[in-house]
Amino acid sequence: MENLELQKIANEVRKGIITSVHAAKAGHPGGSLSAADVFTYLYFEEMNIDPQEPKKSDRDRFVLSKGHTAPGLYSALAHRGFFPVEDLKTLRKIGSYLQGHPCLQYTPGIDMSSGSLGQGVSAAVGMALSAKLSNDNYRVYTLLGDGEIQEGQVWEAAMFAGYHKLDNLVVIVDNNGLQIDGKIDDVCSPYPIDDKFKAFNFHVINVADGNDFDQLRAAFQQARENKGMPTAIIMKTVKGKGVSYMEHVAGWHGKAPNDEEYEVAMEELEKAGEALCQK
Amino acid sequence: MPEVKKIATRDSYGNTLVELGKEHDNLVVLDADLAAATKTGVFQKEFPERHINCGIAECNMMGIAAGLAATGKVPFVSSFAMFAAARAFEQVRNSIGYPKMNVKIGATHAGISVGEDGASHQCNEDIALMRTIPGMTVINPSDDIEAKAAVRAAFALDGPVYLRFGRLAVPVINDNPDYKFEIGKGVLLKEGSDVTIIATGLCVEASLQAADLLAADGISAEVINIHTIKPLDKEMVLNSVKKTGKAVTVEEHSIIGGLGSAVCDCLCEHMPAPVYKIGINDVYGESGPALELLKKYGLHGQGIYEKTRDFVRK
Repeated sequence: MENLELQKIANEVRKGIITSVHAAKAGHPGGSLSAADVFTYLYFEEMNIDPQEPKKSDRDRFVLSKGHTAPGLYSALAHRGFFPVEDLKTLRKIGSYLQGHPCLQYTPGIDMSSGSLGQGVSAAVGMALSAKLSNDNYRVYTLLGDGEIQEGQVWEAAMFAGYHKLDNLVVIVDNNGLQIDGKIDDVCSPYPIDDKFKAFNFHVINVADGNDFDQLRAAFQQARENKGMPTAIIMKTVKGKGVSYMEHVAGWHGKAPNDEEYEVAMEELEKAGEALCQK
Repeated sequence: MPEVKKIATRDSYGNTLVELGKEHDNLVVLDADLAAATKTGVFQKEFPERHINCGIAECNMMGIAAGLAATGKVPFVSSFAMFAAARAFEQVRNSIGYPKMNVKIGATHAGISVGEDGASHQCNEDIALMRTIPGMTVINPSDDIEAKAAVRAAFALDGPVYLRFGRLAVPVINDNPDYKFEIGKGVLLKEGSDVTIIATGLCVEASLQAADLLAADGISAEVINIHTIKPLDKEMVLNSVKKTGKAVTVEEHSIIGGLGSAVCDCLCEHMPAPVYKIGINDVYGESGPALELLKKYGLHGQGIYEKTRDFVRK
């Protein structure tokens, strides 16, 4: 798929994030928006998946270890055809199959329940090990927040993955630089992130702009060619990307836009979409 | 007296995993640097490619197990009860319980019969922790025969199971042709009319001894072995207490949240009756030989006898 097409889809994914979080009056727009492009790349370009057969055994797996950014994942899944886009408005409502954090029993396309930070990555590592044990060819992707890697369990999982040379595993870190209480390097700095993963025997790819499809494409292609060790893609992104007043603002980590803010955000995204259509 | 055969249930666990491993290719065993102690070393020797040592990292081990189960394997995760149930509680709850993963947790070294290692390693809280997790089956076998049957039944069940095993070699008590293991079904070991003694794990054998001592005092005790604490065999508990009017629960576990609490929950709801809970009385354990500790904490036959006698005569 051409980058322009991916950009258009990512813009629609962003609209879905804003729409669902606004409808829920709660949720996590900031980290969903920073990861909207990688969600789009994974589900529209990278992964072997089939929305008609979400449980097919040879599918690639994705675990959203930073589970609070479910609105981003749900929006990508909906636009990919796993369920109706209209249903995004049921996010976080009683009886909805779109829970506040991903739940694999309820939602088509979700490979692992997650939300408690640090746990998803271990499950992803278990899936990658499972493929190795039975000589299956599927690949496993997991997305972590840069605040999330403060959890010790992440490094237990990294040690295991590196030791077991799980080259079918791609750990992606969404390095948007912000967590709930502020900048990650003011709260408890996890830097240097790349050197840490290198020390745990990962092949590390730094992506200067994780909201750029050329750079994402190059990174994931390199990850496919990497053999004998797991890959970590550390991608610099902009928290709140695509909605001007949310960009680089920690306060939009876990807050829904009010009606007025919703209108402004949707107008900006509409304009961005129109601009892409004129390219 | 003939020599009584004694086997630690952790040995039953390891031995049964080897048998099951021969029958099922999808069974894998995980350890956190304790394979020698959890007795899964025999499985490791037989099936090195299906034994995964996660190192000293129990929280990650639970997540690895969840990922393996999500992709069709049946993992048996092994560690001491303290680390499997207590340290990794939230991982068990969120990565295994909530997504209903088909993971079996084999927790050895439960209770004070760990012995010399002392309080830091004597987990008297695991049953309480595990029974609060929705959908978790909790099994605490009383001897080798029951432990082997429990491991097989856990494999056959689709869903998370917590299996509690001990370090101490305990007498074989279920070697009779009528013995049948079924998850969620208690075993009536002795009929009686004055009091129902409901016991679990290694306390079952001690409770049978206590029943004999009570009989000498003219007290007729019914003895029930509850190997499955969740789901509890409510029918058996209610039918027995309906007859005897009172219950004593016996467990190598805190009196808060374990078998005693499960029995009280059941009786409170359906048929209020006096209950005396014998267990670890909201204290930490300590170092010492296992059998001496069991005596000190009143979990031997004499201790159970004395407390039950006083309760019945009260």
